[in-house]
Amino acid sequence: MKKIVKKKTARRPNAKEWILRLYVAGHSARSAAALRNLQGICDRHLAGRYTIEVIDLLKQPRLARGDQIVALPTLVRRLPPPVKKIIGDLSDEDRVLVGLDLRRRPRREGTPA
Amino acid sequence: MPTRSRRRRTPRKRTAPPSLAKVATGIEGFDEVTGGGLPQGRPTLICGGPGCGKTLFGLEFLIRGAAQGERGVFVTFEETEEDLIKNVRSLGYDLTDLVKRKLLAIEYVRIERSEIEETGEYDLEALFIRLDDALRSIGARRIVLDTIESIFAGLTNTGVLRAELRRLFAWLRERGITAIITGERGIDTLTRQGLEEYVSDCVILLDHRVNDQISTRRLRIVKYRGSSHGTNEYPFLIDQRGMAVLPITSLQLLHTATSERISTGIPWLDEMFGGKGYFRASSVLISGAAGTAKTSIAAHFMDAACRRGERALCFQFEESPAQYTRNMRSIGLDLDGWVRKGLLRIHAARPTLYGLEFHLATMHRDVDEVKPTVVVVDPLSSFTGGTFGEVNSMVMRLIDFLKGRNVTGVFTHLIPGSGVANEVEIGVSSLMDTWLLLRNTPPGQQGGRHLSILKSRGMPHSAETRSFRLTDEGAVVDGEGTARPARRMRP
Repeated sequence: MKKIVKKKTARRPNAKEWILRLYVAGHSARSAAALRNLQGICDRHLAGRYTIEVIDLLKQPRLARGDQIVALPTLVRRLPPPVKKIIGDLSDEDRVLVGLDLRRRPRREGTPA
Repeated sequence: MPTRSRRRRTPRKRTAPPSLAKVATGIEGFDEVTGGGLPQGRPTLICGGPGCGKTLFGLEFLIRGAAQGERGVFVTFEETEEDLIKNVRSLGYDLTDLVKRKLLAIEYVRIERSEIEETGEYDLEALFIRLDDALRSIGARRIVLDTIESIFAGLTNTGVLRAELRRLFAWLRERGITAIITGERGIDTLTRQGLEEYVSDCVILLDHRVNDQISTRRLRIVKYRGSSHGTNEYPFLIDQRGMAVLPITSLQLLHTATSERISTGIPWLDEMFGGKGYFRASSVLISGAAGTAKTSIAAHFMDAACRRGERALCFQFEESPAQYTRNMRSIGLDLDGWVRKGLLRIHAARPTLYGLEFHLATMHRDVDEVKPTVVVVDPLSSFTGGTFGEVNSMVMRLIDFLKGRNVTGVFTHLIPGSGVANEVEIGVSSLMDTWLLLRNTPPGQQGGRHLSILKSRGMPHSAETRSFRLTDEGAVVDGEGTARPARRMRP
């Protein structure tokens, strides 16, 4: 398994561990943007408490099955449970935070049926 | 005029075909209707309401393909792999075995909206990667996407989804994969998401209707680019032997006519046909009121066939096989004996149990299985469930089918009432080559049962009315034929 692993060591003793997995295909601009956006968000909100695994499906197509990946890029919150998926280039920080359960869903927004 | 392109037995590889190459689906009847099957290397859309058989059509396509050595991938968006395997096991398909033998791959794609948040731009590249991987893993040439529209329920950006679908179909076409895409029927459109817009090579509509509590499945080819095809609605059925489409007709009236004659099983009746009996592969209608010995005359005919060592098949719609053979024993016919020898099969069913189409299909299959030379349908008049037109078309197809297989068909028909009146109007009579009318003497008068030949195409036949009795030695004529001239009774 070839993974690009970026690990920020957890310093705070009682910090929860966040395991995030980002699925991409090759080194497209969109993949790069997604990773950049994700790191930015993590640094701002989860500093020191997260791990990001990047999985390139072009190299490991089989892995798409396990997490039921259809769209790319897809960010999967493996931990803490429950599993959450956020698709897209993660350019909308507010929505990413909502998706990660780091922020409550704004009431105004229409909730999907 | 439909021109039929030759059916390809061996699936061709990806060389650009000069004319439209087709892939035989192996689904009974479907390949005939489409003149060879589905367009090779192109996507076909199968649409219809819930429970119309889309999934099964797709599966059949893959399973039959696997039987011919062409591998396939089944992509299910709705059922899990386990559910799918379990659900079709009842139809006699063992998918696990096919998967194990690498003839089939099942890819379950689940998109759960509640756990997905969309932020910014995305595409469906992962789906492509998964399909590609599944196709490569077994070297598949066929794929079924069931039902791809589900992605619209899981993801919201329809603009992206539509563009990606368009790309997906182009991608499949480019790789020369023969694909089936299923789609749920929309209110005004063939599919909810208008998939017909993308998959324009071949569109097939399945339908499941219930009339008078009897269900009928139908299939229609809405579009088949570059190929002629039947435009009718073709009935089809799904049973434990899989799926079968019934061509309304290969009614081009191309049956080779034989002049061979076969005995009716009753010497004096043979005599009325110039001493020889019916033409082989002709259709014979025996009509009469209740209790005029229609069944007995037909049974004699089967008995004669079995005596010649030929196989006979009887569709009995009023009596159970046991009751039927017991009754026939009373006129000296040992049908049980023929059943034991394997020369006779009696298929009994309540006519109202299934729709006409289902009956017709079962008949087709039984005939194909038993390979009889003689078929008796007793009585045809049980099929009153459908409208007149439906019954008529079914009989026509049945006759056609039997003739095509060189089978002689004898159909009994009950005339309602006492049978004294000349009301022998039967829509199907014009389809019959030979028509016998049986009558009883009205109560209170002397005389027994009477038989006359109303018509018999292409052979000299007696115009008299013969009186006969049913004895324990069969139908016996009363002395000589009565000298009464036969009344002309034309419907």
